[in-house]
Amino acid sequence: MSNSTQFQLNGKLCEVTTNENTPLLYVLRNDLDQKGSRFGCGTGNCGACTVIVDGTATQSCNTPLWSVSQKNIWTAEGLALDPIGKLVQEAFVREQAAQCGYCINGIMMSITALLKKNPNPSRAEQNAALDANLCRCGTHVRIFKALASVVETLSKEAVA
Amino acid sequence: MSNVQTNPLPTYIQSHPMLNQWFALDQLPLLTVYSGKVELGQGIQTALQQIACQELGITLDQIHWVAGNTQHSPNEWYTAGSQSIENGGASLRCALSHARWLFLNAAAKALNVNVHDVQIKAGIFSCSGVSKTVTYAELASQIDIHIPIEALPEAAASSSQVKEAIIGQSIPRKDLLDKLSSGAFIHDVVLPEMYHARMLRHSHAQSTIQSVDLDAIKALNGVEQVVLSGSFLAILGKNEAALVASLPKAHQCVQWQLPSFVERQRPIEEILTTLPASDKIVFNKGEASASASQMTARYTRPFIAHASIGPACALAQMVDGHLTVWSHTQGSHLLRDQIAVGLRQDASTIDVIHLHGAGCYGHNSADDVAFDAAFITQQTGLTVRVQWTREEELSATPFGSASMMQIDAGLDENGRIVSWQSEVWSPTHIARPGCWQGTINLLGAWMIDPPHPVDATQDVPLPNGGGLRNAVAIYDFAHQEIRHHMLPQVPVRTSALRSLGAYLNVYAIESFLDELAESIGQDPIDLRLSYLSDPRSIALIQRVAQMSNWAQRDQLPEGTALGIGFGRYKNFGAYCAVVVQVRVEEKIHVEKVWSTADAGRIINPDGLLNQIEGGIIQAISWTLKEQATWDDLNITSNTWDTYPILNFSEVPEVMVELLDQPNAPSLGGGEAAAGPTGAAIANALNAALGVRARHLPLSPDRLAQLIAS
Repeated sequence: MSNSTQFQLNGKLCEVTTNENTPLLYVLRNDLDQKGSRFGCGTGNCGACTVIVDGTATQSCNTPLWSVSQKNIWTAEGLALDPIGKLVQEAFVREQAAQCGYCINGIMMSITALLKKNPNPSRAEQNAALDANLCRCGTHVRIFKALASVVETLSKEAVA
Repeated sequence: MSNVQTNPLPTYIQSHPMLNQWFALDQLPLLTVYSGKVELGQGIQTALQQIACQELGITLDQIHWVAGNTQHSPNEWYTAGSQSIENGGASLRCALSHARWLFLNAAAKALNVNVHDVQIKAGIFSCSGVSKTVTYAELASQIDIHIPIEALPEAAASSSQVKEAIIGQSIPRKDLLDKLSSGAFIHDVVLPEMYHARMLRHSHAQSTIQSVDLDAIKALNGVEQVVLSGSFLAILGKNEAALVASLPKAHQCVQWQLPSFVERQRPIEEILTTLPASDKIVFNKGEASASASQMTARYTRPFIAHASIGPACALAQMVDGHLTVWSHTQGSHLLRDQIAVGLRQDASTIDVIHLHGAGCYGHNSADDVAFDAAFITQQTGLTVRVQWTREEELSATPFGSASMMQIDAGLDENGRIVSWQSEVWSPTHIARPGCWQGTINLLGAWMIDPPHPVDATQDVPLPNGGGLRNAVAIYDFAHQEIRHHMLPQVPVRTSALRSLGAYLNVYAIESFLDELAESIGQDPIDLRLSYLSDPRSIALIQRVAQMSNWAQRDQLPEGTALGIGFGRYKNFGAYCAVVVQVRVEEKIHVEKVWSTADAGRIINPDGLLNQIEGGIIQAISWTLKEQATWDDLNITSNTWDTYPILNFSEVPEVMVELLDQPNAPSLGGGEAAAGPTGAAIANALNAALGVRARHLPLSPDRLAQLIAS
């Protein structure tokens, strides 16, 4: 049960000997001290724990460690290292797109995963990407604004 | 110095009269400021720091902020009721203007100039024509801060010597930088030798243990210790993931006895009108005139969950007999005193330190989980971190109270209101720990052996009001009488949730006025304006009408319509007007929201906007989707599947304008939008479809019922 599991975390090779059925969220937070991914429900229904696994936004609270073996994981701690993630993070700070901020890292991961696949998503595509995330403070309006500002930046870069 | 005081000292300056209780020079070159008001996700830390920096003439980088720490911070009661800017800000202004005056005098001596000619900017004291400057840090050794605070007119007047405007600026929140990249919450703190703990509770959290197989629980993988006292049952382990994985099996080892007040769920109107209540007339103004006709209607809201995205969390540690508890409480001092009573331990042996938690919208589970941690540490001596589960968060946290308002209005032959009687049925909206003298409101303290008594609930009278908040209509009616039916016991535990009774009372009043406007064929905005004389109210409503193109609303497509709601929080706080555009199909789609708000002199425009926007979105969620549910055995709305909240695809465009009042006192804005938003949706629904929704939430089921009837 405690075989070692390897994966890439924010661009660096990582190896843990934690029980392979452990949800990834606990491995990130407790074994690797990466607290930017957050527990909200434990059932994948709120998105506070969202990370990117091989390019796909994934709820880490119900993703067992074994399933990410040899995969490429990005968390909030790695956002600034990714060109699009950095734009997203900067846009959220610029727009002050947070109140308590507890849900926001998961939301930024969902948006980063979306924009890496589709730099100009429609509102319906934005909704589809974000409906796995909940925000209770009601910061949605600013979150859409931050997203729109990144889309604008990306479109300018594409032209240039 | 003169002893002439123009104004009485603010309340919390009276209770903490020494300057060193608010201000210290222990972190130079940073200036330490102590506050009793804490960051709850509402951005208040930044706004209060702006007030402090404005008084001291320093920048936000030059402040060392200590809030909600019982070792150092003043006791400013709870961070609640939209009072932080009003009360917390007043304390800081008073204390720090005195501090500024002391330093200005010292600077005048150092620069050899008249005190009135000294200017402060970014913490540097200077005088025009004098090349020398001096800083706070350089003057600090000359200043004795162990003195009583005085409200000196010359000190207050010296505010003009601060040469940089910080108040009124949209200063970005510094606390967000960490929160948006890594750990920054109480949940992220790790103490040496820390055990994780989880509680074993029934969904009706006041249930008592009938039987428990402790040996079976202790044998579970991940469980290293068990704490059982009465019906307080916690499991502990160093490995959080293993501990959490044991929870389903651990729950199977406990048989529960439900509390006697639990009953099968019935409609809110039936619950509130059949359970025992104490009745009294709480407001009476003017004389009712003879009426030509009568209108009457009843409006209800259900029990609503706080539903914070982050579950409650606390840490506790015992060192040499002194207990330290880390908590995201709204009132560290009150919590410390309640924990002391609960633990039957002297308060001087306990400290509570505030740390940031997930969004707080009222009396949630923060205090309860802090007691859980404190009790486990007291019993075991272990350092613990307790986190509630999602299911506990949605069921054991006090609910925002259900309530009902009935309005009976008498109209003259022209449809003008000549009498206005309203009745409010509600359990308590305020049961915060420490709020009511001699009572204890901590879930765990009711469960331990011997248990602390669950005292009869009370509610706050007008003018603030709990269930009665905003029960007095803000309009110029010649007559108003209000009766309160206070229910001491309902089937679920209730306490303060953002805006308290104001959400339903404003919903009821604003819906009723809309019904009246329709019945006499008057424009709903014109009708409101005809009962308003306050220019600030009138300006807000007129502006939101312009923004929303209200006058042209008949050009909207079929099934799409506008509705308006207006209120002034507590009738003496921030004003907010809201127009929503809904499109009605199988459900209500809120497409657009326009809002105007007046919170007096604005401290941080972007922070206030964020609060109004968030208040609107949260109220849309309450109004369209939310209600606690339960059956014979369980509170069933304890997952995100069974207690859905607004999601991204349901979010409208929101346009908010703030009307600044530079010469009016600053008011808290976080709770102003709830009632107006709810009413605007119901009023728009009626305009779109001709159905009047008097009972919340306005869910697809409710809509189907309304259309069928």
